Amino acid sequence: MAVKAKGVDLTADLGFLKLRNPVLTASGTFGYGLEFEPYLDLAKLGGIVVKGLYYGPREGNPPPRLVETASGLINAIGLQGIGVEAFAAKVLPKLRRIDTAVFVNVCGADDDEYAAVVEYLDKQEGIAAYELNISCPNVKKEGACPALSPGTTFDLVKRIKAASRRPVITKLSPNVTSIVEIALAAEEAGTDAVALVNTFLAMAVDLETRRPKLGNVYGGLSGPAIKPIALRMVHQVASRLKVPVIGMGGIMTGADALEFLVAGAAAVEVGTASFIDPDAAARTVAEIEGWCEAHGIAAVRDVVGTIRAS
Amino acid sequence: MTIERDARLREIQCWGDFFRFSIDAPALGRAARPGQFVMVKVSEGTFPLLRRPLGLHDVSEDGIELFFKVAGKGTELLARKKPGDRLDILGPLGKGFTVSAAAPGETAYLVGGGRGIAPLYFLARELARAGTRPVVFYGGRCLADIPLRDRFERAGLEFLCSTDDGSFGFAGFVTELAGRELAREKPAIVYACGPDPMMKALAAITAKHGIPAEFSLESVMGCGIGACWGCVHRIRNESGDGWVKICEEGPVFPGERILWP
Repeated sequence: MAVKAKGVDLTADLGFLKLRNPVLTASGTFGYGLEFEPYLDLAKLGGIVVKGLYYGPREGNPPPRLVETASGLINAIGLQGIGVEAFAAKVLPKLRRIDTAVFVNVCGADDDEYAAVVEYLDKQEGIAAYELNISCPNVKKEGACPALSPGTTFDLVKRIKAASRRPVITKLSPNVTSIVEIALAAEEAGTDAVALVNTFLAMAVDLETRRPKLGNVYGGLSGPAIKPIALRMVHQVASRLKVPVIGMGGIMTGADALEFLVAGAAAVEVGTASFIDPDAAARTVAEIEGWCEAHGIAAVRDVVGTIRAS
Repeated sequence: MTIERDARLREIQCWGDFFRFSIDAPALGRAARPGQFVMVKVSEGTFPLLRRPLGLHDVSEDGIELFFKVAGKGTELLARKKPGDRLDILGPLGKGFTVSAAAPGETAYLVGGGRGIAPLYFLARELARAGTRPVVFYGGRCLADIPLRDRFERAGLEFLCSTDDGSFGFAGFVTELAGRELAREKPAIVYACGPDPMMKALAAITAKHGIPAEFSLESVMGCGIGACWGCVHRIRNESGDGWVKICEEGPVFPGERILWP
């Protein structure tokens, strides 16, 4: 598995886990994984990150939930989902039959709920690691999410690390003054890796009605529009942290993914691209391999963090 | 469910803002059922980013037909395609109409408003093939809004037209026309596709007469395959009501399960 037939070693190293290749799917853009089975071989991916799970089922926001903007998409789904029990009963048994690393994005309305989700999932088999979604609005703190401050990030990561028998990847929000400070707080609290970026808080206005285009007024911007900012943040964070960085934000092609690797990401997540082409993540793997072959690179790991001085 | 990356646009028919595309895509044509939809890529670039959901207007062994109205940037780009152009189409998707809801010999009413007529042609042909008697109610704001009259005529389908401004056929909403006929003769089922206010009005009429109904809902869609949860509508379930994905559980829902804003 380590070496592909054509000679490029595509494996990626997250320290706590070796991946078949550096391409994962981004949470919230890949459902629970099974939706994509008709379109690609999930075993060809580095892994899949399933949609964020709260403990119970979650209602989500009123529509409209999506609006397209220049080279981007704003979503305000509101983390509608089936909850951990339905996930463990209906989805996980099917995912276990597929030879791919499964990451579960963990949500919570407060720190107790995050811990309860992890405790429940810890009893289930077939999960490689947790991706801690620290961008969930906290019901006890007027909707502020843990990601907004180093202190709340530290407390939550520390608690989840202590509760979990599995590695924890902390997924960072870009909607902060200094993402490096938050990333350092997560590292200090013991996170095994960080993933960035989540979507950018955004808005769209219907000029004729003068109403917000989204039912929730604000939503998260994703897609090619955010790639340059995401890349900058990944570079900043990777330059300062010792733990591995998983990069994402507007990756549409293998070249996009490779830029994140060069900037310092050990792996990447393909997000919005999967909406347009359900096989986008698999295509990204193939394109990375093709680029490495064309450039005489034996192992894609050797590309990570090779950004040169300007 | 496939991604047909090499579908070919064979023929275009156009009436102002309305377009009918005949597309060579045999795999899609053979697999599709009435009421299902496809996701069509409209741009090679990144704006608009998303595919556009379009209901299947008709199918054959060779491919599919789409009927749409230019309503924004995406459909505007689609309308610029020329015969011979390659199209990238994902489908067929979703759950369609229950063709067997009416027994052979029974009557089904098909009510379409504006571009919502698109899937009803395919449905009418399938119903006729199954021995059901389809009666199509085709409404628009004005004469220019109901360009498919000749097509229904040539197919030998029974149809009645309405225009809000009275420029052709019954003067008034298509729901009033369907309601008038329905009071005279109860069909076994009513199928509909059109703007939400039209279907909401029709839902009240069918409920009053105790006639089963199936409505095809429309929404902006992110993916079309149930992954993004962007296209929800309020639907009544056994466990109460909630936001249900139109692309996956629909786009066609039983009338009594749909909650209207």
